Amino acid sequence: MSDDSAKTQSAALDKSVEEHLDSEQLVRENIGWMLALAQRILGERGLAEDAVQDAFIAAFRGLADFEGRSSLKTWLHRITVNASLMKLRQLKRLGEQSIDEHLPEFDNYGCRIEQPWSQLVDIETVLQNDRLRKIVLDKINTLPDSYRVVLQLRDIEEYPTSEVAELLGITQNNVKVRLHRARSALKKLLEPLLRGEMH
Amino acid sequence: MAHRHKKGFRRWLKGLMLKHMHRMITCEEFESFVLSYLDGELPARQRSIFELHMRVCRECREYLAAYRRSIELGQSVITAADESIPDDVPEDLIIAILDAQKH
Repeated sequence: MSDDSAKTQSAALDKSVEEHLDSEQLVRENIGWMLALAQRILGERGLAEDAVQDAFIAAFRGLADFEGRSSLKTWLHRITVNASLMKLRQLKRLGEQSIDEHLPEFDNYGCRIEQPWSQLVDIETVLQNDRLRKIVLDKINTLPDSYRVVLQLRDIEEYPTSEVAELLGITQNNVKVRLHRARSALKKLLEPLLRGEMH
Repeated sequence: MAHRHKKGFRRWLKGLMLKHMHRMITCEEFESFVLSYLDGELPARQRSIFELHMRVCRECREYLAAYRRSIELGQSVITAADESIPDDVPEDLIIAILDAQKH
């Protein structure tokens, strides 16, 4: 590709992006999923609306930085995550919190203490039951924010460990420790449901 | 009482075996490898030691199955919740965002 051709294509992309970001259509097309994403991270609708407003303002301002290296949706996704995390920081909800009471237990010999499992609930059973689905969502929201956010970003949004570390300003090792603890705690919180004892 | 003693003896013996036998790890050591194992990041030798522990330890085998199921449940339930989000974006929020863009 010649330099002129590349410049023309780049200019066309910039113009297209600008038109998109200027348009009400862009807000209307993206605000739904952005609100859902912010709500997953923040756990509250009111805060999520604030975060999405901040995200759009940041997107309009950051137009010059958007170089078309990712899709517009990927770019907006990252901005929404950032705006949501900023809200949690402002509320000082990302500090170290204890999750020890929900972690696995071991005896003096280093052996795991785990009651025998006679069954494990299947996914479809939970998906078809409104009450069980709500319990899963409530238990995820029970996790302390600093752990829940790592679980959300890694397991739900499927961000790589390196990106989660960058977004949260912590080491990759710390992300891994928090993720494993969050998953272990969620397993413990969901135990009655997982064992098929709830209907 | 005798049952409790028997159970305690079994745990003591299991702990001793896992701690001292060749290619064995304790449940606590197993715990520290879970994430790397699920991410496929364990080197072959460590992976085979991890899997050997799972074969001999009922508690860790069942723990890992429940741990994996809780991850799958979280992912499935949140995905299902997202798909059923009603189209209830407040109009005043959209207006506020578009106003902010103009200023």
